Amino acid sequence: MVQSVNSALSNMLEKDENIILFGEDIGYFGGVFRTSDGLQKKFGKHRVFDSPLSEGGIAATAFGMGINGLRPVVEIQFADYIFPAYDQIVNEIAKVRHRSGGEFWCPVTFRTPAGGGIRGGHHHSQSPESQFTHTPGLKVVYCSTPYNSKGLLISAIESNDPVIFFEPKRCYRGPFYGDPHNVPTWKNHPESEVPESHYKIPLGQARVAMEGNDCTVIAWGTMVHVAEQAIKDSGLSCDLIDLQTLIPWDKETIINSVKKTGRCVIVHEAPKTSGFGSELAASIQERCFYSLESPIIRVAGWDTPFPHTTEWDYMPSPPRIAAAIKKTQEE
Amino acid sequence: MSTEEREDIPLHIPDAPFRPGDIPVFEEWTWTPQDLTKPDIECDADETYDHSRGLIRVLDDEGMASGEWDPKLTYSELLQGLKHMVRLRIFDDRMMKMQRTGKLSFYMQSLGEECIAIAQTMALNEQDWIFPTYRQPGAQFVRGRSMVSMICHCIGNVEDNVKGRQMPVHYTYKKGRYISVSSPVGTQFSQAVGVAMASKYKKLDEVTITWIGEGASAEGDYHYGLNFASVFKAPVILNVVNNHWAISTHYNVASGSANFASRGLAYGIPCFRVDGNDFLALYSVTKWARERANSGLGATHIEILTYRAGAHSSSDDPSRYRPSNEHEFWPGGDPIERLKQHLIKNYEWSEDRHLELEKDIDEEVIVAYKEAIKYGDLANGPYPSSDTIFTEVYEKVPWHLQEQWDEMKKWSVD
Repeated sequence: MVQSVNSALSNMLEKDENIILFGEDIGYFGGVFRTSDGLQKKFGKHRVFDSPLSEGGIAATAFGMGINGLRPVVEIQFADYIFPAYDQIVNEIAKVRHRSGGEFWCPVTFRTPAGGGIRGGHHHSQSPESQFTHTPGLKVVYCSTPYNSKGLLISAIESNDPVIFFEPKRCYRGPFYGDPHNVPTWKNHPESEVPESHYKIPLGQARVAMEGNDCTVIAWGTMVHVAEQAIKDSGLSCDLIDLQTLIPWDKETIINSVKKTGRCVIVHEAPKTSGFGSELAASIQERCFYSLESPIIRVAGWDTPFPHTTEWDYMPSPPRIAAAIKKTQEE
Repeated sequence: MSTEEREDIPLHIPDAPFRPGDIPVFEEWTWTPQDLTKPDIECDADETYDHSRGLIRVLDDEGMASGEWDPKLTYSELLQGLKHMVRLRIFDDRMMKMQRTGKLSFYMQSLGEECIAIAQTMALNEQDWIFPTYRQPGAQFVRGRSMVSMICHCIGNVEDNVKGRQMPVHYTYKKGRYISVSSPVGTQFSQAVGVAMASKYKKLDEVTITWIGEGASAEGDYHYGLNFASVFKAPVILNVVNNHWAISTHYNVASGSANFASRGLAYGIPCFRVDGNDFLALYSVTKWARERANSGLGATHIEILTYRAGAHSSSDDPSRYRPSNEHEFWPGGDPIERLKQHLIKNYEWSEDRHLELEKDIDEEVIVAYKEAIKYGDLANGPYPSSDTIFTEVYEKVPWHLQEQWDEMKKWSVD
């Protein structure tokens, strides 16, 4: 996935000279996760450069560049570090189109590695998507595989709206099936084939990763792979929907699936309360109440800070998710 | 309206002076211990202009001490400082080894910067508060924390006082008034000013010291801190550690000026730039700043000039972005070597005694490490109970968390 993100950035830098990349350690070094490796060399230091360590400064200058005709793609080194930029994102970037009567807009993409599973403790593991889904004016994307990371990132960069683009850092080098001792690479995974050329996956479109009739399981980021394992372990046949874009989310795919299965489990690693699963559950029951055979279940991170040594008891695990899927069958 | 395009000087994009494959060339230091006077603690900020542009030194290149800033420490005080620095270096070395063998998840060493927290904490009183970055763990040695307790924290085992909740090196040590660093760096800087304001409000004889890296001084927290300290004359010592590198980012990218010290002058705060590998100079400047703070005259801003000799962390490989031997070319030398030379030239110290000290400390570290891993290591456990995920989130556990706690117990893998 590191290479597919890099490939998306490279395609876009080639395509549009108004696209510039900046962020902490992303220039000469190529980023702490290597996602911009080689890009400064290829496109020059005016296109790809290091910024001072200042997330607030990154967001504010991206705002200024954005309304002056550039299309900045910035990296926040860890999603946990995005909060000094929060005011600029939430009050400024997200709202400029609306509050200027459509005269200005800011097509910036914030890329940021998110999620747990790397023993990162509470400041290298959080998944703060719902802090942004609650902000009108932002699109929110969460990729999960090499293939969708590239196609979604290109769509995000080409979007004229600001996009917060989460990359599940645990999956940079391979999928994660919930067992920390099993560390597969992306090799041989069906979503690992990534064309070198420009392609897009539209924002607002989910991916049906598995098909079945017993239950609809919705997940994003790392949890897509953990949920896949859980479905296999449950022995049931489920639709697994990789949401991909959280705002705007894919109403048709989800509603059609829940109407078909009548049961639904939503999985995310962010804390349960006010997590994006709450929004989905509420919307699904508004739209599919008479098709539901059992209550919608959320399997999420606990409403606590993300731990360090005990992280495997924090993140939703295949047994927890499988039990929820089975529970939806009881009624 | 459209603006006409013209041929122009491009946007300035700074870069590091040397990259892998280059031979680093640093300007020779012409600063001497005689350069700068010691101003009165009641001085105006402007009177420290030269101190912010020059470099306060006490030890010269030959290891001799001189000048107005010489704190005239006793042999036993100097030896104590040396022992703490050697202790920290050997401790770091052991922790890096533990990280490589999977006994810890991560580590950050203080290599080349051991002097800073140790000299400065020794210059404080024991009731003073410490708001460090991740390269000031040495302050805990000065404050008497046991090495076993520090290792247990880094492992995150059952004896970790923060219960395995934080990454290694995020030490909390209340007895030593030592506050945990936060990975989103820089936050401590303005918090320290608040602690100092509270000390003053409560009319207590307390000063707060804090540090920030030159890289993180680009964060808003740094500027908030300077401003609040200036407005409220808070009794705080504000240090910027300029070790040249923030992961791969050279200080050229942290500021458009190569001088960090003088930034405080615009806030009306006295400013010093200090040789960060000179134990005596650091001690002396900190004593001055403490006295000023404690006299109700407010903050002092200090740039500590040093060089990050090691990797940023155990996850970092600096040979990808700087010449791997760059630190050997840097003129500031090594803080331990410099104090050692001073002791050899002026006191009963010798290379043999130093070797003996290293041997003793190595033994001390091994004993501590062996005891610490009895309480568990990251590879093999035992770990703190998963119940620690739920405790101390709130003062009392609310119902919704209690429900989740009960649910977690059904699935716990611990």
